[in-house]
Amino acid sequence: MKSEPILQVDGVAKSFGGLNILKNLTFDVRKGERIGIIGPNGAGKTTFYNLLAGDLDPSKGTIHYCGKNITSMPNYKRARTGIVRTFQKNNLLTELTVLENLLLVLQRKEGMGHIWFKRRHRKKYPSLFQKADELLHTWGLEQQTNKVVKSLSYGEQRQIEILLGIATEPNVLLLDEPTAGMSQAETDYIVDLLRKLPKSLTLMIIEHDLDVVFGLADRMIVLYNGEILVEGDPHLVRNDKRVNDIYIGQEADLSASS
Amino acid sequence: MKKGIVLTAAVALLMGLAPFFLSLFHLNLFTEILILGIFSLSLNVLVGYTGMVSLGHAAFFGVGAYAAGIAAKEMSPNLLATLPIALIATIMVAAVIGMFCMKVSGFYFLMLTLAFSQMIYSFIHQSTDLTGGSNGLSGIPAPVAGGIDFSNPVLLFYFILGVFFSVYAGLSLLVHSPFGQVLVGIRENETRMRSMGYNTTRYKYASFIIAGALGGLAGSLYTSFNGFISPIDVYWTMSGSVLIMVIIGGAGTMAGPVLGAALIVILETIVSSYTHSWMMIIGIIFIIFVVFFPKGLTGIAQSIMHRMTRSKSGYKENHSKAVLKKNA
Ligand SMILES: Nc1ncnc2c1ncn2[C@@H]1O[C@H](COP(=O)(O)OP(=O)(O)O)[C@@H](O)[C@H]1O
Ligand SMILES: [Mg+2]
Repeated sequence: MKSEPILQVDGVAKSFGGLNILKNLTFDVRKGERIGIIGPNGAGKTTFYNLLAGDLDPSKGTIHYCGKNITSMPNYKRARTGIVRTFQKNNLLTELTVLENLLLVLQRKEGMGHIWFKRRHRKKYPSLFQKADELLHTWGLEQQTNKVVKSLSYGEQRQIEILLGIATEPNVLLLDEPTAGMSQAETDYIVDLLRKLPKSLTLMIIEHDLDVVFGLADRMIVLYNGEILVEGDPHLVRNDKRVNDIYIGQEADLSASS
Repeated sequence: MKKGIVLTAAVALLMGLAPFFLSLFHLNLFTEILILGIFSLSLNVLVGYTGMVSLGHAAFFGVGAYAAGIAAKEMSPNLLATLPIALIATIMVAAVIGMFCMKVSGFYFLMLTLAFSQMIYSFIHQSTDLTGGSNGLSGIPAPVAGGIDFSNPVLLFYFILGVFFSVYAGLSLLVHSPFGQVLVGIRENETRMRSMGYNTTRYKYASFIIAGALGGLAGSLYTSFNGFISPIDVYWTMSGSVLIMVIIGGAGTMAGPVLGAALIVILETIVSSYTHSWMMIIGIIFIIFVVFFPKGLTGIAQSIMHRMTRSKSGYKENHSKAVLKKNA
């Protein structure tokens, strides 16, 4: 059952101007694991993703990926080697169309970014466009293909935020509150798509919707004040007294968060 | 799409026939527009498509112009020598300046490009032996190539028109290529592009060098055309003028910068025969555009066409967006 860890987080800490936001996080992630991360607002969940994705440097500690020290690897290289994140706040190319957003992801995968002497046209790159069409079809977004992202509904934009991460075909996908602000129907649709992701994919998901996260995860990490409060099997975590205390205490806060 | 091709062909044909119906004075004016059109097209790669607003683009114009001028005087006026020398010189200068400028973005990028271009200006201004200093570089022989003497303004016009078309066609291809779309992506959201796995710094550097090289090309053509170059063409006001051309014409479109160059050159010619307050007039025009027509001349043309055709599918390819807004 034990496979080698794909991610090793060792003594990672982050402080902003003397404020210790993350304190000494240590844990391993095995390939193909589905890890749910919960914790009240301000616990440091997003900051932790920033460290994993290389958008911020840790103040202390190391991160290994497939046995290789990536602590100081820049973010774009991590994305290339397969650690890809999505953002809590939609972070899209809002003036471009849905297709254009997706094509940028796919053309990078194909290593086409340096080609300057050929129009990026459907006729010239049929397989690239076909791949985009298929993805948009799977995600029920084909009607939106040529619409400018900013003209879409919030839920649709949220879907594209996740789609851009998945289209990269990462090894480790870091989802930051993917269903936040979505309707129940949209949430169900996304959860269904997330279930269908290949088993080899390692998935970490920060999520406030506990039904979503307990349904997806096979291990839970509860962050509280920048520390791991509880870690382990979803059932155990769900019934843990400390977790319940935080969650009951913060319930109003949680449901209002974005 | 077809309409576009017909329109392009018609415009190209009309431009090609210009010597047959324009007086020498107007032909020269047209040639100047083409040169400054190449110059503003080059800046547009940076400002319009990559979203990096530079206020130092005259540096490359100047390096290209002086390199071509000095090469013509000291070595040979053959375009096969002067143009490559000018290009290599500007690429080298852009590569060095670019390395520093890539460290910053937004307002600091603007200030740093300005600072570097002023350094180049004062170098040119002070290197009297090499550049003629404040008197400018004069006595530059007329260009030749393959037995053709380009002191004939019609022949020179055709040569410059050919270069203009090549640059225009090449850039049209570039901005719609996968590479060009990465630049657009960086303009729209650099963070996301990095999360997608793009080394955005390298793309911005490439964009900077392409813009610099083509700016140098414009400068070397200017020397060939004018037979004279002075430090005033490297001063920061020149950088300002070309930036205004890009913005008034429509940043992030292909036709925009050329129209902007045409408008500014024509206005300057007309207005300066009446009054000396040319700079004030250009300032007022600029303000009017920024406030009322932020998408520039191409934006105006588009909305007129849109209103005329009232087609629902309209334009979708054009992203002549508010580069200004983002960097203001
Ligand atoms: N770039 C930053 N600079 C300063 N403080 C930050 C920065 N990013 C996050 N923080 C702070 O770190 C804490 C944790 O934030 P975050 O990781 O976004 O929490 P979560 O995602 O768990 O809600 C918050 O108090 C936040 O204000
Ligand atoms: Mg967060």
